[in-house]
Amino acid sequence: MLTLQVKKPAARPTLRRVPVCKDWDIPLGLGRSFEVGGRLIAVFKSREGVLFALDGLCPHKGGPLADGMVVGRQVVCPLHAYRYEAHTGACDSPGLCAVGTYPVDVEGDTVFVVVPE
Amino acid sequence: MKLVVIGNGMAGARFVEDLLVADRDRFDIVMFGDEPYGNYNRILLSNVLNGSQDAKEIFLNPLAWYEENNVTLHAGKRVSAVDRERRIVYADGIEEHYDALVFATGSKPFVPPVPGTTLHGVFVFRTLDDCRNIADYAKESKRAVVIGGGLLGLEAAKGLMNHGLEEVTIVEFGPWLMGVQLDEAGGKVLQSTIEKMGLKVRTKTNTSEIQGYQKVEAVKFADGSEIPAEMVVISAGIRPNVDLAMECGITCDRAIVVDDRMRTNDPHVFGVGECVQHRGMVYGLVAPLWEQTKVLAAHLTGAEKAYTGSKIATKLKVMGVELASMGRIGDLKDTDEVVLYSEPARQVYWKAIVRDGRLSAACLLGDLGPADNLMELFKADAPVPERRLEIFFTPQSAKKDVSLADLPDAHQICDCNGVSKGTICDAIKKGKCTVPSVGKATRAGTGCGSCKGLVKGLIEAVAGAVKADPSESWYVPAVPLDKPALVAAIRERKLRSVSSVLRELGAGEDEKSKMGLASLLKSLWNEEYVDERDQRFINDRVHANIQKDGTFSVVPRIYGGVTTADDLIRMGEVAKKYNVPMVKVTGGQRIDLLGVKKDDLPRMWADLGMPSGHAYTKAFRTCKTCVGAEFCRYGTNDSTALGIAIERRFQGFEFPAKVKMAVSGCPRNCAESTVKDVGVIATEGGEWEISVGGAAGASVRKTDILCRVRTQDDALRIIGRFLIYYRDNAKWLERSYDFVPRIGMEELKKVLLDDEYGLGDYFDREVAATMAAYTDPWMEREKPAYAGQFEETKTIALPMAP
Repeated sequence: MLTLQVKKPAARPTLRRVPVCKDWDIPLGLGRSFEVGGRLIAVFKSREGVLFALDGLCPHKGGPLADGMVVGRQVVCPLHAYRYEAHTGACDSPGLCAVGTYPVDVEGDTVFVVVPE
Repeated sequence: MKLVVIGNGMAGARFVEDLLVADRDRFDIVMFGDEPYGNYNRILLSNVLNGSQDAKEIFLNPLAWYEENNVTLHAGKRVSAVDRERRIVYADGIEEHYDALVFATGSKPFVPPVPGTTLHGVFVFRTLDDCRNIADYAKESKRAVVIGGGLLGLEAAKGLMNHGLEEVTIVEFGPWLMGVQLDEAGGKVLQSTIEKMGLKVRTKTNTSEIQGYQKVEAVKFADGSEIPAEMVVISAGIRPNVDLAMECGITCDRAIVVDDRMRTNDPHVFGVGECVQHRGMVYGLVAPLWEQTKVLAAHLTGAEKAYTGSKIATKLKVMGVELASMGRIGDLKDTDEVVLYSEPARQVYWKAIVRDGRLSAACLLGDLGPADNLMELFKADAPVPERRLEIFFTPQSAKKDVSLADLPDAHQICDCNGVSKGTICDAIKKGKCTVPSVGKATRAGTGCGSCKGLVKGLIEAVAGAVKADPSESWYVPAVPLDKPALVAAIRERKLRSVSSVLRELGAGEDEKSKMGLASLLKSLWNEEYVDERDQRFINDRVHANIQKDGTFSVVPRIYGGVTTADDLIRMGEVAKKYNVPMVKVTGGQRIDLLGVKKDDLPRMWADLGMPSGHAYTKAFRTCKTCVGAEFCRYGTNDSTALGIAIERRFQGFEFPAKVKMAVSGCPRNCAESTVKDVGVIATEGGEWEISVGGAAGASVRKTDILCRVRTQDDALRIIGRFLIYYRDNAKWLERSYDFVPRIGMEELKKVLLDDEYGLGDYFDREVAATMAAYTDPWMEREKPAYAGQFEETKTIALPMAP
């Protein structure tokens, strides 16, 4: 007998724009780690001064991405050198899933990250 | 002075070449050769017969060579008599006077004394003309018999096969093939291989008659049987050409008898090659002949050189079957040891005869894996390994025997990244034909790197060849320059930061390049180096080694592994205070505090009050010591004192890869000095023996001895020079165990000991400058170098919803 399953449309998550630090807290080319509402997020500033944010842990073995090196438009995990694209979160190695990305902006001298609630 | 050489074969011509090299002008040289050609490589005749080489290609000295070297060649002239009283050689109306006469008359094929050898279709196989005649006659023949199952006979049989004969039978009088080089079992293995190729073999067969009227029709044997055949090639061994020498009264036995200087019983007459007998031996191969011609050339030009006989060791390829032979395998005494290995399925057969602990003879068939090793043992007359099986199975040959092709696809090649053979082969098939490109596609070889050789082997096996990868010579992947060019460009353009080097010289960027450039620039510019912290790996940013859970390890420096009760208590208290989950003694005689949170690092360092042990960076790590003369009852020198001095002097020195050292106080080597980048061992005589290039990691290598020195100061100076030379010349991440063999000990000794390039003072200055520039990186605890250097994750509560 067939049963018909009806999926409810997923509720649109509420987005929150959260101040995390001052602009000078993140040096050029480096990252900082934040736990925002239980979510681990790594925020980086590229050598050109562009901010971006990714999930804080590498999906491979949980390496702390905030400690990784920023190479061009990628972040390199410090444990086993898997690379993630700054703006899509995609991993360069086939078979590993992408990490989440988060919008970042600066208002005045404060850095904001937008996270789903 | 006039020199006459009878014979223009391989021995005669080679001898004249050697003579011209030794002294161009001493002799007027006249040569007689009964073939109407210049000199050719007789060994390659079988190639001409089987069609793989053209006759033109096998000439060694064309006729023009003789003219150019003022050598008079009477080609196609046969010497008929020698008058030793008047010292004149007669040949077809030519008379040549001589001061010295050399017999290089070679040998001729032995033709068994049976009826029918003069029929059409019967050939010997010795000269270029024989070769042509056999090839021509083969065109009109279907069946051939080769009499003689030695090397040349087998070659002739193969040549005939290639000429399209339907049936070729090899007939051997002896009980097995290649009786000189092989024993019975080996001969049988060879026979079965040959039979698989479609040839017929009859051993223990005595030819009694070649039958036919004008032309060959059949070959008849002593047992009454016969084989129909249109042609016969006789290759039943050779006989030295001694008739002429005997006629003129030169002492001959089986051949012309010569002494250790290739002299006959007449002081004006000499002999070389297959026509001579030396200490009872007549040689039929080229290697001994080349030794003989050199000795004779030396003797005739006044140099002192003696020939004491040759050790015959050859590698042959007989009809596609690999064969190595040394000594006389048939020469077996009751007291000899025989070591045997056979693998019938692959038609592999190895046999070695050991006499008085040395290799007296051996044959290898089908697989020449250990051949080089055996030949070395044989030629050097060196003692064979105690465990005789190591004659065949050295660690190297065992490695070679593991065929990559035989491994299953699931076999893991790269243990660091868990990459299987199948994954790597797929990448290669998709066109990744360099080691780095395979690494990029699969991650294989990008960990410890010890599997790169296997990856290379797989590329060779799958794609045929490893493409030369120019990037292999680059110092770092992102800058297409080797180290000298990179250093020159950095100096010329005054590039003091990693970002400026990448901007001006780079082609892309990656983390390895950044780390490599940071280390290089620091050593090039010292205080002038513009240190961009983001170009460093996390370990180098926080001066600790990141662990799998994102925590760090703290390893304080313990000079020479010697500590005090107070320091130990302090370390214990610090471990307790910060709840360090693991306290471990390291292999380098230090104490590792593992599982430390990043923001605890500065406080822990302050509480410890000890300098960094650099257990995280590409730098000098530690100097392991044994207790030495101070307490040990065997110690001959103060190893702990030297170890401490080494660690104090070289702490903080950065290199292209990590550097570990050790000092042992006596040859018992308790500090394992022989597997360190730099190892020192105290000798019985009170000296220090310094050796370099060892490792006991993913690769294991014993150090090479550099020198012995008297004092601690001398040891420190030599080690410092080695370290600076290594720092300046090694490739990025090239450990000393690769660097030392690449440079070679001879060169290292020139640079470091003999100071042939005048670099000694520079090395010493660099050591002093680097020592002066040393600061303990853990002092950054007082004032972090950048925002958030030692900060953990910051927790941010979500603001209350509006």
